[in-house]
Amino acid sequence: MAKTNKAVKKKPMQQSPERWELRLYVAGATPKSMSALENLKRFCEEYLKNKYSLEVVDLLAHPQLAAGDQILAIPTLVRKMPVPIRKIIGDLSNEEKVLVGLNLKPLN
Amino acid sequence: MASKKTPPSNKTVAKVPTGITGLDEITEGGLPAGRPTLICGTAGVGKTLFGLEFVLKGAKLYNEPGVIVTFEEKPEDLAMNVASLGYDLKKLQDKGIISVDHVHVERSEIEETGEYDLEGLFIRLGYAIDSTGAKRVLLDTIENLFSGLSNQGILRAELRRLFNWLKEKKVTAVITAEKGDGTLTRQGLEEYVSDCVILLDHRVTNQVSTRRLRIVKYRGSIHGTNEYPFLIDEEGISVLPVTSLQLNNDVSSQRVSSGMPELDSMLGGKGFFRGSTILVSGTAGTGKTSIAATFADASCKRREKCLYFAFEESPQQIIRNMRSIGLDLQKHMDEGLLRFHSSRPTLYGLESHLVSIHKKIAAFKPKAIVLDPITNLIIAGQISDVKSILLRLIDFVQSEKITTMFTALNLNTSPNEQTDEGVSSLVDAWLTIRDIESNGERNHGLYVMKSRGMKHSNQVREFVITDGGLKLVDVYVGAEGILTGSSREAQQLAEATGLELRTYALGRKDREIDRKRKVLEATISSLREEFESVQDELNKTYLEEDLRKQITEKNRAELSLKRSNKTVNGKNK
Repeated sequence: MAKTNKAVKKKPMQQSPERWELRLYVAGATPKSMSALENLKRFCEEYLKNKYSLEVVDLLAHPQLAAGDQILAIPTLVRKMPVPIRKIIGDLSNEEKVLVGLNLKPLN
Repeated sequence: MASKKTPPSNKTVAKVPTGITGLDEITEGGLPAGRPTLICGTAGVGKTLFGLEFVLKGAKLYNEPGVIVTFEEKPEDLAMNVASLGYDLKKLQDKGIISVDHVHVERSEIEETGEYDLEGLFIRLGYAIDSTGAKRVLLDTIENLFSGLSNQGILRAELRRLFNWLKEKKVTAVITAEKGDGTLTRQGLEEYVSDCVILLDHRVTNQVSTRRLRIVKYRGSIHGTNEYPFLIDEEGISVLPVTSLQLNNDVSSQRVSSGMPELDSMLGGKGFFRGSTILVSGTAGTGKTSIAATFADASCKRREKCLYFAFEESPQQIIRNMRSIGLDLQKHMDEGLLRFHSSRPTLYGLESHLVSIHKKIAAFKPKAIVLDPITNLIIAGQISDVKSILLRLIDFVQSEKITTMFTALNLNTSPNEQTDEGVSSLVDAWLTIRDIESNGERNHGLYVMKSRGMKHSNQVREFVITDGGLKLVDVYVGAEGILTGSSREAQQLAEATGLELRTYALGRKDREIDRKRKVLEATISSLREEFESVQDELNKTYLEEDLRKQITEKNRAELSLKRSNKTVNGKNK
């Protein structure tokens, strides 16, 4: 609920040029997390250049943050903005699926 | 059940008490400490409640913090559910004793790409456990993960890791899972959780539903293997207490009155043993309830609490009816000595009846209880079940030293005098009331069929219900057989008349003798008079004779004197 409220507030501020808020949850520097981060950075640079913000949350350091976004699997990428919230779990190795999941590419 | 306790060795599995009534007895101490326990069963059988009670009772009774991870219900719903059991979840959370985490997996929101693990869940759980210092963890239907995530291979590997991790964390975890088709759980969780598996079951037999619990396995521990009925009520779960099959209850040689002095006198003059079980059987309308009420009344008059379970009548009905035979039960109720518990036998299953009887007894702590009648319990179950339930009940009341009276209805059609419930062999004393039909009347004869450990009368006594209470009257055995009712009264009357007549006859004879004696005495006195007069006569004759003799003597002397003088003269001449 709170998330949608936030989104509603932010939307008129940022107008039509969509700003992408992404958050990647990892647990320490595991190989899966690292590859997920690498993959994500690559996609963002490619498709969302200059209109995204990425936050990496290490749950080992902040375990209390896991419940807020209902994090279960690691790594999890959460698209906070634009709404609706989407979650992509895994090392993001499948580019097709990531793009569909982020709604960057319509389903064929 | 092999309930011989093995001496505790250092190899024994450490156990954590659940606090759930009865369960700790079956498991001989509780769930395995520091290990996960799987609770499985069909929908609506009470799995979640079971887990919640384990955690919440741990916090309440044993001061052990806990973590509740729910995959289904929202924390607000959960709080509402446990509020009805008397737990304030919010307060416990604020105090930091209980941590509730709602893990929600929405499949439509999630896209899976590539490799992942459930470290997030571990971190959340670990955080909750560490922040509360939890000893108990509930994972309520972790299987929900299977519907949220599609990669089964990862999921299974992660679950295995999770259960091992929980063991390493040294928390006692309860995991609930839905029963699958032919398997204990849908996703085969029992493969991962193998230390203790408890199966809950909900069955409906003859329209009466009963929940049952069975410990499928419990590694490294002795446990009861039977199916144990359990009950969910306003106090949560109670598992039916296990019967102690070792017959070693303490017995009392104290005696308590039945409320009828005549009946007490039939029972060796003192009544029943305290803590014994008494069965009162008889056909319909023979006064079984009256005997039971009299017994309850006697108990209350001794200032001993009595609990009356009525399965046929409402308390008001019983009180009204008993007033007609001079028993004021209302007074005892007002004083708090007597309590009624009326319920329809079909209200719930037999086991639930037993559990509720247990609870009522534990709450009221009576010295005597009455179950009136046990016959009706058959409606709620099979005959064999009724017998086993009554066996357990008798066992329980004897261990509590409660004097118990059962009433049972005998059917006229039953060929032998066994009660339908077959409990006559279990009870200590058995009174039976039988119809004696004669001269167009039905009267009741009371027998003491058995009374263990005391001298008891072998006589049939007529059982009469009067305005002043119950009375036992001697049965008249006459030429025409046993006389009861009005023929007994007629016989009594006839005997009274006979007595009167006899006394009258005796009186007359007495008077006759009196008279005879008087006549005799009169005759005797007249004879004596006669004798005296004869004696007088005789005496008189004697006297005259004497007198005459004297006079004759005198005359002769004088005469002889005169003659001698004459002679002298003659000589002299």
